[in-house]
Amino acid sequence: MKTLVWVEHDNAEMKDATLAAVTAASKLGEVHLLVAGSGCRAVAEQAAKVAGVGKVHLADDAAYEHALPENVAPLIADQMGHHDAFVAPATTTGKNIAPRVAALLDVMQISDILSVEGDKTFTRPIYAGNAIATVESSDAKLVITVRGTAFDKAATEGGSGTIEEITGAGDAGLSSFVSAEIAESDRPELTSAKVIVSGGRALKDAETFEQVITPLADKLGAGIGASRAAVDAGYVPNDYQVGQTGKIVAPEVYIAIGISGAIQHLAGMKDSKTIIAINKDEDAPIFQVADIGLVGDLYKIVPELTEKL
Amino acid sequence: MKILVPVKRVIDYNVKPRVKADGSGVDLANVKMSMNPFDEIAVEEAIRLKEAGKAEEIVAVSIGPAKAQETLRTALAMGADRAILVETDDEVEPLAVAKILKAIAEEETPGIVMLGKQAIDDDSNQTGQMLAALMGRPQGTFANTVEVDGDSVVVKREVDGGLETVKLTLPAIVTTDLRLNEPRYASLPNIMKAKKKPLDTKSPSDYGVDTAPRLKTTNVSEPPVRQAGEKVEDVDALVAKIKALGIA
Repeated sequence: MKTLVWVEHDNAEMKDATLAAVTAASKLGEVHLLVAGSGCRAVAEQAAKVAGVGKVHLADDAAYEHALPENVAPLIADQMGHHDAFVAPATTTGKNIAPRVAALLDVMQISDILSVEGDKTFTRPIYAGNAIATVESSDAKLVITVRGTAFDKAATEGGSGTIEEITGAGDAGLSSFVSAEIAESDRPELTSAKVIVSGGRALKDAETFEQVITPLADKLGAGIGASRAAVDAGYVPNDYQVGQTGKIVAPEVYIAIGISGAIQHLAGMKDSKTIIAINKDEDAPIFQVADIGLVGDLYKIVPELTEKL
Repeated sequence: MKILVPVKRVIDYNVKPRVKADGSGVDLANVKMSMNPFDEIAVEEAIRLKEAGKAEEIVAVSIGPAKAQETLRTALAMGADRAILVETDDEVEPLAVAKILKAIAEEETPGIVMLGKQAIDDDSNQTGQMLAALMGRPQGTFANTVEVDGDSVVVKREVDGGLETVKLTLPAIVTTDLRLNEPRYASLPNIMKAKKKPLDTKSPSDYGVDTAPRLKTTNVSEPPVRQAGEKVEDVDALVAKIKALGIA
Protein backbone atom coordinates (compact mmCIF):
# COMPACT_ATOMS: atom_id res chain seq x y z
CA MET A 1 0.00 0.00 0.00
CA LYS A 2 1.22 3.51 -0.81
CA THR A 3 0.40 6.13 1.80
CA LEU A 4 0.49 9.91 1.54
CA VAL A 5 1.15 11.65 4.86
CA TRP A 6 0.26 15.29 5.46
CA VAL A 7 3.29 17.16 6.79
CA GLU A 8 2.30 19.70 9.41
CA HIS A 9 4.53 22.79 9.26
CA ASP A 10 4.67 26.57 9.40
CA ASN A 11 6.48 26.94 6.06
CA ALA A 12 9.80 27.05 7.93
CA GLU A 13 9.85 23.94 10.12
CA MET A 14 8.16 20.56 10.18
CA LYS A 15 6.00 20.04 13.30
CA ASP A 16 6.40 17.02 15.57
CA ALA A 17 2.78 15.92 15.06
CA THR A 18 3.85 14.70 11.60
CA LEU A 19 6.12 12.04 13.09
CA ALA A 20 3.41 9.99 14.80
CA ALA A 21 1.41 10.03 11.56
CA VAL A 22 4.51 8.70 9.73
CA THR A 23 4.73 5.81 12.22
CA ALA A 24 1.05 4.96 11.73
CA ALA A 25 1.41 5.13 7.94
CA SER A 26 4.49 2.90 8.00
CA LYS A 27 2.32 0.13 9.47
CA LEU A 28 0.21 0.27 6.29
CA GLY A 29 2.98 0.35 3.70
CA GLU A 30 5.21 2.71 1.77
CA VAL A 31 5.38 6.23 3.26
CA HIS A 32 5.24 9.24 0.94
CA LEU A 33 4.92 12.73 2.34
CA LEU A 34 3.13 15.83 1.14
CA VAL A 35 4.54 19.25 1.94
CA ALA A 36 2.07 21.86 0.76
CA GLY A 37 2.90 25.46 1.54
CA SER A 38 4.64 28.56 0.30
CA GLY A 39 8.41 28.96 0.28
CA CYS A 40 8.57 25.70 2.16
CA ARG A 41 11.44 23.81 0.47
CA ALA A 42 13.33 23.74 3.80
CA VAL A 43 10.42 21.78 5.29
CA ALA A 44 10.58 19.26 2.45
CA GLU A 45 14.32 18.87 3.07
CA GLN A 46 13.69 18.16 6.77
CA ALA A 47 10.84 15.79 5.88
CA ALA A 48 13.06 13.84 3.48
CA LYS A 49 15.36 12.97 6.40
CA VAL A 50 12.61 11.32 8.46
CA ALA A 51 13.38 7.63 8.87
CA GLY A 52 11.54 5.35 6.45
CA VAL A 53 10.31 8.05 4.08
CA GLY A 54 10.23 7.46 0.32
CA LYS A 55 9.09 10.34 -1.85
CA VAL A 56 8.39 13.83 -0.56
CA HIS A 57 5.88 15.64 -2.76
CA LEU A 58 6.44 19.37 -2.58
CA ALA A 59 3.64 21.72 -3.65
CA ASP A 60 5.02 25.24 -3.31
CA ASP A 61 2.38 27.84 -4.11
CA ALA A 62 1.15 31.00 -2.38
CA ALA A 63 -2.35 29.44 -2.37
CA TYR A 64 -1.11 26.72 0.01
CA GLU A 65 0.65 29.01 2.51
CA HIS A 66 -2.04 28.75 5.20
CA ALA A 67 -3.28 25.25 4.36
CA LEU A 68 -6.75 26.53 3.46
CA PRO A 69 -8.77 23.33 2.95
CA GLU A 70 -10.58 24.76 -0.09
CA ASN A 71 -7.19 24.95 -1.83
CA VAL A 72 -5.26 21.97 -0.47
CA ALA A 73 -8.03 19.32 -0.45
CA PRO A 74 -8.27 19.22 -4.29
CA LEU A 75 -4.45 19.01 -4.48
CA ILE A 76 -4.48 15.99 -2.14
CA ALA A 77 -7.46 14.35 -3.85
CA ASP A 78 -5.53 14.64 -7.10
CA GLN A 79 -2.48 12.91 -5.57
CA MET A 80 -4.72 10.11 -4.31
CA GLY A 81 -4.95 8.86 -7.89
CA HIS A 82 -1.65 7.08 -7.20
CA HIS A 83 -1.80 6.59 -3.42
CA ASP A 84 -3.99 4.21 -1.41
CA ALA A 85 -4.24 5.99 1.92
CA PHE A 86 -4.15 9.62 3.02
CA VAL A 87 -2.87 9.92 6.57
CA ALA A 88 -2.96 13.17 8.56
CA PRO A 89 -2.14 13.95 12.18
CA ALA A 90 -5.32 14.69 14.18
CA THR A 91 -4.30 18.32 14.70
CA THR A 92 -6.69 21.19 13.99
CA THR A 93 -5.13 21.39 10.51
CA GLY A 94 -5.49 17.65 9.86
CA LYS A 95 -9.07 17.62 11.16
CA ASN A 96 -9.90 20.57 8.93
CA ILE A 97 -8.49 19.08 5.73
CA ALA A 98 -8.90 15.28 5.87
CA PRO A 99 -12.74 15.05 5.81
CA ARG A 100 -12.79 17.44 2.87
CA VAL A 101 -10.42 15.11 1.03
CA ALA A 102 -12.49 12.06 2.04
CA ALA A 103 -15.70 13.57 0.65
CA LEU A 104 -13.97 14.48 -2.63
CA LEU A 105 -12.91 10.82 -2.91
CA ASP A 106 -16.32 9.50 -1.72
CA VAL A 107 -14.61 7.76 1.18
CA MET A 108 -15.72 7.49 4.80
CA GLN A 109 -12.87 8.84 6.95
CA ILE A 110 -11.57 7.01 10.00
CA SER A 111 -10.88 9.68 12.63
CA ASP A 112 -8.31 9.75 15.39
CA ILE A 113 -6.96 6.20 15.14
CA LEU A 114 -5.24 4.63 18.16
CA SER A 115 -3.83 1.56 16.42
CA VAL A 116 -3.50 -0.19 13.08
CA GLU A 117 -4.96 -3.69 13.36
CA GLY A 118 -4.84 -4.69 9.71
CA ASP A 119 -4.78 -3.26 6.17
CA LYS A 120 -8.22 -1.73 6.64
CA THR A 121 -8.86 -2.24 10.36
CA PHE A 122 -8.19 0.31 13.06
CA THR A 123 -9.17 1.17 16.62
CA ARG A 124 -10.46 4.60 17.53
CA PRO A 125 -11.97 6.25 20.62
CA ILE A 126 -15.70 7.04 20.72
CA TYR A 127 -17.84 8.65 23.44
CA ALA A 128 -14.98 10.87 24.63
CA GLY A 129 -12.68 7.88 25.04
CA ASN A 130 -15.18 5.99 27.21
CA ALA A 131 -15.24 3.25 24.59
CA ILE A 132 -12.83 1.99 21.95
CA ALA A 133 -14.27 0.87 18.62
CA THR A 134 -12.60 -1.48 16.16
CA VAL A 135 -13.63 -0.45 12.64
CA GLU A 136 -13.03 -1.96 9.25
CA SER A 137 -13.26 0.09 6.06
CA SER A 138 -14.87 -1.17 2.86
CA ASP A 139 -13.74 1.81 0.76
CA ALA A 140 -11.19 1.46 -2.04
CA LYS A 141 -9.03 4.26 -0.58
CA LEU A 142 -8.38 5.14 3.04
CA VAL A 143 -8.51 8.56 4.68
CA ILE A 144 -7.24 8.52 8.25
CA THR A 145 -6.38 10.95 11.01
CA VAL A 146 -3.94 9.80 13.68
CA ARG A 147 -4.01 10.52 17.42
CA GLY A 148 -0.47 11.72 18.09
CA THR A 149 -0.16 10.32 21.61
CA ALA A 150 -1.03 6.79 20.45
CA PHE A 151 2.00 6.26 18.19
CA ASP A 152 5.74 6.65 18.73
CA LYS A 153 7.39 9.45 16.83
CA ALA A 154 9.40 8.44 13.77
CA ALA A 155 13.10 9.40 13.96
CA THR A 156 13.90 12.75 12.35
CA GLU A 157 17.20 11.47 10.95
CA GLY A 158 18.22 8.49 8.88
CA GLY A 159 15.83 8.81 5.95
CA SER A 160 16.81 9.65 2.40
CA GLY A 161 13.59 10.56 0.67
CA THR A 162 13.59 12.19 -2.74
CA ILE A 163 11.87 15.52 -3.22
CA GLU A 164 9.52 15.74 -6.18
CA GLU A 165 7.80 18.99 -7.08
CA ILE A 166 4.11 18.85 -7.87
CA THR A 167 1.53 21.47 -8.79
CA GLY A 168 -2.18 21.73 -8.18
CA ALA A 169 -5.02 24.01 -9.14
CA GLY A 170 -3.92 26.62 -6.56
CA ASP A 171 -6.45 29.13 -5.27
CA ALA A 172 -10.05 27.91 -5.41
CA GLY A 173 -11.20 31.51 -4.88
CA LEU A 174 -13.58 30.59 -2.06
CA SER A 175 -11.67 31.65 1.03
CA SER A 176 -8.79 33.79 2.20
CA PHE A 177 -6.54 33.92 5.24
CA VAL A 178 -6.95 37.11 7.28
CA SER A 179 -4.76 36.77 10.36
CA ALA A 180 -3.46 34.48 13.08
CA GLU A 181 -3.01 35.08 16.78
CA ILE A 182 -0.59 32.42 17.87
CA ALA A 183 0.59 32.67 21.45
CA GLU A 184 4.35 33.31 21.53
CA SER A 185 6.02 31.57 24.40
CA ASP A 186 9.20 29.78 25.38
CA ARG A 187 7.11 27.21 27.15
CA PRO A 188 6.91 23.75 25.55
CA GLU A 189 3.78 23.09 23.50
CA LEU A 190 1.26 20.96 25.37
CA THR A 191 1.23 18.10 22.91
CA SER A 192 5.02 17.70 23.00
CA ALA A 193 5.80 18.73 26.63
CA LYS A 194 7.52 16.15 28.88
CA VAL A 195 5.92 17.66 31.97
CA ILE A 196 2.56 19.45 32.18
CA VAL A 197 1.22 21.43 35.12
CA SER A 198 -2.54 21.84 34.81
CA GLY A 199 -4.97 23.92 36.83
CA GLY A 200 -8.71 23.66 37.41
CA ARG A 201 -11.62 25.77 38.54
CA ALA A 202 -10.30 25.81 42.11
CA LEU A 203 -7.75 28.42 40.99
CA LYS A 204 -10.45 31.14 41.38
CA ASP A 205 -9.42 33.62 38.67
CA ALA A 206 -6.88 34.41 35.95
CA GLU A 207 -4.49 36.19 38.33
CA THR A 208 -4.49 33.39 40.89
CA PHE A 209 -4.00 30.79 38.16
CA GLU A 210 -0.91 32.69 36.96
CA GLN A 211 0.46 33.17 40.49
CA VAL A 212 0.05 29.56 41.56
CA ILE A 213 0.61 27.52 38.41
CA THR A 214 3.25 29.48 36.48
CA PRO A 215 6.10 29.41 39.07
CA LEU A 216 5.80 25.62 39.44
CA ALA A 217 5.69 25.17 35.66
CA ASP A 218 8.76 27.42 35.31
CA LYS A 219 10.64 25.39 37.89
CA LEU A 220 9.91 22.14 36.05
CA GLY A 221 10.23 23.54 32.51
CA ALA A 222 6.67 22.36 32.06
CA GLY A 223 3.86 23.18 29.67
CA ILE A 224 0.74 24.71 31.24
CA GLY A 225 -2.69 23.14 30.79
CA ALA A 226 -6.14 23.65 32.24
CA SER A 227 -9.44 21.90 32.67
CA ARG A 228 -12.45 22.94 30.63
CA ALA A 229 -13.97 24.45 33.77
CA ALA A 230 -10.97 26.77 34.14
CA VAL A 231 -11.15 27.72 30.46
CA ASP A 232 -14.91 28.33 30.56
CA ALA A 233 -14.42 30.48 33.66
CA GLY A 234 -11.96 32.60 31.66
CA TYR A 235 -8.80 31.93 33.72
CA VAL A 236 -6.82 30.93 30.62
CA PRO A 237 -7.35 30.83 26.84
CA ASN A 238 -8.97 27.83 25.14
CA ASP A 239 -5.73 26.49 23.70
CA TYR A 240 -4.68 25.58 27.28
CA GLN A 241 -7.57 23.15 27.51
CA VAL A 242 -6.72 19.50 28.09
CA GLY A 243 -9.58 17.08 27.48
CA GLN A 244 -11.76 15.47 24.89
CA THR A 245 -12.85 18.87 23.59
CA GLY A 246 -9.36 20.33 23.93
CA LYS A 247 -5.92 18.79 23.59
CA ILE A 248 -5.12 15.13 24.09
CA VAL A 249 -1.79 14.88 25.91
CA ALA A 250 0.42 12.08 27.18
CA PRO A 251 3.47 13.60 28.91
CA GLU A 252 5.91 11.77 31.18
CA VAL A 253 4.45 13.59 34.17
CA TYR A 254 1.07 15.32 34.44
CA ILE A 255 0.42 17.40 37.55
CA ALA A 256 -3.29 18.15 38.08
CA ILE A 257 -3.88 20.97 40.54
CA GLY A 258 -7.40 21.73 41.79
CA ILE A 259 -8.86 19.55 39.02
CA SER A 260 -11.67 17.24 40.14
CA GLY A 261 -11.25 14.87 37.19
CA ALA A 262 -14.39 15.09 35.05
CA ILE A 263 -14.69 12.32 32.43
CA GLN A 264 -14.02 14.77 29.64
CA HIS A 265 -10.76 15.95 31.27
CA LEU A 266 -9.58 12.40 32.00
CA ALA A 267 -10.13 11.54 28.32
CA GLY A 268 -7.46 14.09 27.47
CA MET A 269 -4.71 13.06 29.89
CA LYS A 270 -5.21 9.52 31.14
CA ASP A 271 -2.43 8.20 28.89
CA SER A 272 0.16 10.27 30.75
CA LYS A 273 2.94 8.09 32.16
CA THR A 274 2.72 9.41 35.73
CA ILE A 275 -0.21 11.44 37.04
CA ILE A 276 0.16 13.54 40.17
CA ALA A 277 -2.97 15.08 41.71
CA ILE A 278 -3.29 17.82 44.30
CA ASN A 279 -6.84 18.44 45.47
CA LYS A 280 -8.59 19.34 48.71
CA ASP A 281 -11.39 16.81 48.14
CA GLU A 282 -10.05 13.35 48.94
CA ASP A 283 -12.96 11.76 47.06
CA ALA A 284 -12.27 13.67 43.82
CA PRO A 285 -12.31 11.28 40.81
CA ILE A 286 -8.85 12.49 39.78
CA PHE A 287 -7.39 10.38 42.63
CA GLN A 288 -8.78 7.23 40.97
CA VAL A 289 -6.37 7.67 38.09
CA ALA A 290 -3.50 9.42 39.90
CA ASP A 291 -0.29 7.53 40.64
CA ILE A 292 0.61 10.00 43.38
CA GLY A 293 -1.95 12.05 45.26
CA LEU A 294 -1.78 14.74 47.91
CA VAL A 295 -4.95 15.89 49.66
CA GLY A 296 -4.89 19.43 50.92
CA ASP A 297 -5.13 23.15 50.27
CA LEU A 298 -3.44 23.91 46.97
CA TYR A 299 -2.70 27.50 48.05
CA LYS A 300 -0.41 26.11 50.76
CA ILE A 301 0.87 23.05 48.95
CA VAL A 302 1.81 24.45 45.55
CA PRO A 303 3.96 27.40 46.73
CA GLU A 304 5.70 25.11 49.25
CA LEU A 305 6.26 22.51 46.54
CA THR A 306 7.67 25.12 44.16
CA GLU A 307 9.96 26.37 46.91
CA LYS A 308 11.28 22.93 47.84
CA LEU A 309 11.87 21.57 44.35
CA MET B 1 -30.45 34.95 4.28
CA LYS B 2 -31.53 31.55 5.49
CA ILE B 3 -29.47 29.47 7.94
CA LEU B 4 -29.63 25.70 7.93
CA VAL B 5 -28.78 24.10 11.28
CA PRO B 6 -28.31 20.32 11.38
CA VAL B 7 -28.72 18.86 14.88
CA LYS B 8 -28.06 15.36 16.21
CA ARG B 9 -29.74 13.44 19.02
CA VAL B 10 -27.02 11.91 21.18
CA ILE B 11 -26.48 10.49 24.64
CA ASP B 12 -26.65 13.34 27.19
CA TYR B 13 -23.18 14.68 27.90
CA ASN B 14 -23.62 14.12 31.66
CA VAL B 15 -24.26 10.40 31.26
CA LYS B 16 -21.35 7.99 31.48
CA PRO B 17 -21.66 5.61 28.52
CA ARG B 18 -21.69 1.88 29.32
CA VAL B 19 -20.18 -0.56 26.86
CA LYS B 20 -22.37 -3.61 26.18
CA ALA B 21 -20.91 -6.88 27.48
CA ASP B 22 -21.07 -8.52 24.03
CA GLY B 23 -18.88 -5.81 22.48
CA SER B 24 -21.59 -4.75 20.02
CA GLY B 25 -21.72 -1.11 21.07
CA VAL B 26 -22.72 1.30 23.81
CA ASP B 27 -25.93 0.65 25.74
CA LEU B 28 -28.44 3.38 24.86
CA ALA B 29 -31.54 1.69 26.33
CA ASN B 30 -33.21 3.92 28.95
CA VAL B 31 -30.40 6.44 28.74
CA LYS B 32 -31.10 10.18 28.74
CA MET B 33 -30.66 11.63 25.25
CA SER B 34 -30.18 15.31 24.35
CA MET B 35 -29.11 17.58 21.55
CA ASN B 36 -25.39 17.30 20.78
CA PRO B 37 -23.84 20.19 22.79
CA PHE B 38 -21.89 21.58 19.82
CA ASP B 39 -25.15 21.66 17.81
CA GLU B 40 -26.83 23.65 20.59
CA ILE B 41 -24.08 26.22 20.12
CA ALA B 42 -24.84 26.21 16.37
CA VAL B 43 -28.56 26.79 16.99
CA GLU B 44 -27.73 29.63 19.41
CA GLU B 45 -25.36 31.29 16.93
CA ALA B 46 -27.97 31.09 14.15
CA ILE B 47 -30.54 32.72 16.45
CA ARG B 48 -28.09 35.48 17.35
CA LEU B 49 -27.46 36.17 13.64
CA LYS B 50 -31.21 36.37 13.13
CA GLU B 51 -31.62 38.69 16.12
CA ALA B 52 -28.85 40.88 14.69
CA GLY B 53 -30.80 41.17 11.44
CA LYS B 54 -28.26 39.14 9.45
CA ALA B 55 -30.61 36.21 8.80
CA GLU B 56 -34.35 35.89 8.18
CA GLU B 57 -35.09 32.24 8.70
CA ILE B 58 -33.57 29.31 10.61
CA VAL B 59 -34.31 25.77 9.45
CA ALA B 60 -33.28 22.93 11.77
CA VAL B 61 -32.63 19.47 10.33
CA SER B 62 -32.08 16.15 12.03
CA ILE B 63 -31.29 12.77 10.52
CA GLY B 64 -32.22 9.95 12.88
CA PRO B 65 -35.02 8.00 14.53
CA ALA B 66 -38.57 9.31 15.11
CA LYS B 67 -37.47 10.46 18.56
CA ALA B 68 -35.09 12.97 16.97
CA GLN B 69 -38.29 15.04 16.71
CA GLU B 70 -37.68 15.93 20.37
CA THR B 71 -34.28 17.34 19.45
CA LEU B 72 -35.85 19.37 16.64
CA ARG B 73 -38.54 20.66 19.03
CA THR B 74 -35.75 21.82 21.32
CA ALA B 75 -34.19 23.74 18.42
CA LEU B 76 -37.61 25.22 17.60
CA ALA B 77 -38.16 26.19 21.24
CA MET B 78 -34.77 27.93 21.28
CA GLY B 79 -35.79 29.96 18.24
CA ALA B 80 -35.53 28.03 14.96
CA ASP B 81 -38.48 28.70 12.62
CA ARG B 82 -39.19 25.28 11.15
CA ALA B 83 -37.72 21.80 11.07
CA ILE B 84 -37.09 18.82 8.81
CA LEU B 85 -36.72 15.30 10.17
CA VAL B 86 -35.08 12.81 7.84
CA GLU B 87 -36.28 9.70 9.57
CA THR B 88 -34.24 6.51 9.67
CA ASP B 89 -33.50 3.91 12.32
CA ASP B 90 -30.16 3.04 10.72
CA GLU B 91 -26.93 4.52 11.92
CA VAL B 92 -25.97 7.07 9.30
CA GLU B 93 -22.27 7.85 8.84
CA PRO B 94 -21.00 11.42 8.40
CA LEU B 95 -20.47 10.97 4.63
CA ALA B 96 -24.11 9.92 4.08
CA VAL B 97 -25.31 12.68 6.45
CA ALA B 98 -23.33 15.19 4.38
CA LYS B 99 -24.95 13.86 1.18
CA ILE B 100 -28.46 14.24 2.64
CA LEU B 101 -27.63 17.73 3.91
CA LYS B 102 -26.30 18.67 0.48
CA ALA B 103 -29.62 17.64 -1.10
CA ILE B 104 -31.54 19.67 1.51
CA ALA B 105 -29.24 22.65 0.99
CA GLU B 106 -29.95 22.51 -2.74
CA GLU B 107 -33.69 22.83 -1.98
CA GLU B 108 -33.38 25.39 0.79
CA THR B 109 -30.42 27.44 -0.57
CA PRO B 110 -29.17 28.66 2.84
CA GLY B 111 -26.47 31.37 3.05
CA ILE B 112 -24.85 29.52 5.94
CA VAL B 113 -25.02 25.93 7.12
CA MET B 114 -24.11 26.11 10.81
CA LEU B 115 -23.32 22.85 12.59
CA GLY B 116 -21.45 21.48 15.58
CA LYS B 117 -17.79 20.60 14.99
CA GLN B 118 -18.38 17.05 16.16
CA ALA B 119 -21.00 14.82 17.75
CA ILE B 120 -20.12 13.55 21.21
CA ASP B 121 -21.11 9.97 20.41
CA ASP B 122 -18.94 8.95 17.44
CA ASP B 123 -16.52 11.91 17.80
CA SER B 124 -15.91 11.89 14.05
CA ASN B 125 -15.52 15.63 13.42
CA GLN B 126 -16.24 15.23 9.69
CA THR B 127 -19.76 16.21 8.62
CA GLY B 128 -19.26 19.96 8.14
CA GLN B 129 -16.03 19.57 6.18
CA MET B 130 -17.58 16.82 4.02
CA LEU B 131 -20.66 18.90 3.31
CA ALA B 132 -18.45 21.84 2.28
CA ALA B 133 -16.51 19.58 -0.10
CA LEU B 134 -19.66 18.08 -1.66
CA MET B 135 -21.20 21.54 -2.13
CA GLY B 136 -17.93 23.02 -3.39
CA ARG B 137 -18.21 25.78 -0.81
CA PRO B 138 -15.77 27.18 1.80
CA GLN B 139 -15.65 25.99 5.41
CA GLY B 140 -14.95 27.81 8.67
CA THR B 141 -14.39 25.02 11.19
CA PHE B 142 -14.03 25.24 15.01
CA ALA B 143 -15.54 28.74 15.08
CA ASN B 144 -14.79 31.04 18.00
CA THR B 145 -16.41 34.13 16.43
CA VAL B 146 -18.67 34.49 13.39
CA GLU B 147 -19.30 37.80 11.65
CA VAL B 148 -21.43 38.13 8.54
CA ASP B 149 -20.19 40.96 6.38
CA GLY B 150 -22.09 41.52 3.10
CA ASP B 151 -21.52 38.55 0.82
CA SER B 152 -18.90 36.97 3.05
CA VAL B 153 -18.49 35.62 6.55
CA VAL B 154 -15.42 36.17 8.70
CA VAL B 155 -14.72 33.25 11.01
CA LYS B 156 -12.20 33.30 13.83
CA ARG B 157 -11.16 29.67 14.35
CA GLU B 158 -9.77 27.76 17.34
CA VAL B 159 -6.49 26.23 16.14
CA ASP B 160 -3.60 24.49 17.93
CA GLY B 161 -1.63 27.25 19.60
CA GLY B 162 -4.17 30.06 19.22
CA LEU B 163 -6.69 31.55 16.81
CA GLU B 164 -6.84 31.96 13.04
CA THR B 165 -9.17 34.23 11.10
CA VAL B 166 -10.43 33.37 7.62
CA LYS B 167 -12.82 35.12 5.26
CA LEU B 168 -15.24 32.94 3.32
CA THR B 169 -17.46 33.77 0.37
CA LEU B 170 -21.13 32.96 1.06
CA PRO B 171 -22.73 30.46 0.92
CA ALA B 172 -20.43 28.84 3.47
CA ILE B 173 -20.32 26.08 6.05
CA VAL B 174 -19.44 26.98 9.64
CA THR B 175 -18.75 24.46 12.42
CA THR B 176 -18.96 25.62 16.01
CA ASP B 177 -16.50 25.28 18.89
CA LEU B 178 -17.13 25.64 22.61
CA ARG B 179 -16.27 29.28 23.15
CA LEU B 180 -18.49 30.64 20.36
CA ASN B 181 -21.41 31.31 22.71
CA GLU B 182 -23.40 30.00 25.64
CA PRO B 183 -26.69 28.52 24.41
CA ARG B 184 -29.92 29.85 25.93
CA TYR B 185 -32.50 27.75 27.72
CA ALA B 186 -35.87 27.59 26.04
CA SER B 187 -38.57 29.31 28.10
CA LEU B 188 -41.81 27.49 28.87
CA PRO B 189 -43.93 29.72 26.57
CA ASN B 190 -41.43 29.10 23.76
CA ILE B 191 -41.54 25.35 24.38
CA MET B 192 -45.34 25.54 24.00
CA LYS B 193 -45.06 27.66 20.84
CA ALA B 194 -42.50 25.25 19.37
CA LYS B 195 -45.12 22.50 19.33
CA LYS B 196 -47.04 24.47 16.68
CA LYS B 197 -44.06 25.24 14.45
CA PRO B 198 -43.90 23.24 11.19
CA LEU B 199 -41.95 19.98 11.18
CA ASP B 200 -41.68 18.02 7.91
CA THR B 201 -40.80 14.34 7.93
CA LYS B 202 -38.77 12.86 5.07
CA SER B 203 -36.68 9.76 4.46
CA PRO B 204 -33.14 9.38 3.10
CA SER B 205 -34.58 7.86 -0.11
CA ASP B 206 -36.52 11.12 -0.73
CA TYR B 207 -33.08 12.63 -1.33
CA GLY B 208 -31.78 9.64 -3.29
CA VAL B 209 -29.02 8.98 -0.77
CA ASP B 210 -27.72 5.48 -0.05
CA THR B 211 -26.99 5.30 3.69
CA ALA B 212 -25.34 1.86 3.68
CA PRO B 213 -22.34 2.13 6.01
CA ARG B 214 -18.81 2.09 4.63
CA LEU B 215 -17.25 1.25 7.97
CA LYS B 216 -18.05 -1.91 9.87
CA THR B 217 -17.68 -1.75 13.64
CA THR B 218 -16.45 -5.19 14.61
CA ASN B 219 -16.04 -4.58 18.32
CA VAL B 220 -16.58 -1.96 21.01
CA SER B 221 -14.68 -2.34 24.25
CA GLU B 222 -13.96 -0.50 27.48
CA PRO B 223 -10.72 1.50 27.47
CA PRO B 224 -7.92 0.13 29.65
CA VAL B 225 -8.56 1.09 33.26
CA ARG B 226 -5.93 3.03 35.13
CA GLN B 227 -5.32 1.95 38.71
CA ALA B 228 -5.25 4.49 41.51
CA GLY B 229 -1.81 4.85 43.06
CA GLU B 230 -0.88 6.02 46.52
CA LYS B 231 -1.53 9.17 48.47
CA VAL B 232 1.38 10.91 50.14
CA GLU B 233 1.14 12.66 53.51
CA ASP B 234 2.84 15.99 52.91
CA VAL B 235 4.77 18.20 50.53
CA ASP B 236 8.15 16.76 51.54
CA ALA B 237 7.01 13.28 50.56
CA LEU B 238 5.69 14.67 47.25
CA VAL B 239 9.00 16.46 46.60
CA ALA B 240 10.84 13.18 47.13
CA LYS B 241 8.52 11.39 44.69
CA ILE B 242 8.90 14.10 42.05
CA LYS B 243 12.70 14.04 42.41
CA ALA B 244 12.61 10.26 42.02
CA LEU B 245 10.84 10.74 38.66
CA GLY B 246 13.91 12.67 37.51
CA ILE B 247 12.09 15.82 36.41
CA ALA B 248 13.40 18.19 39.10
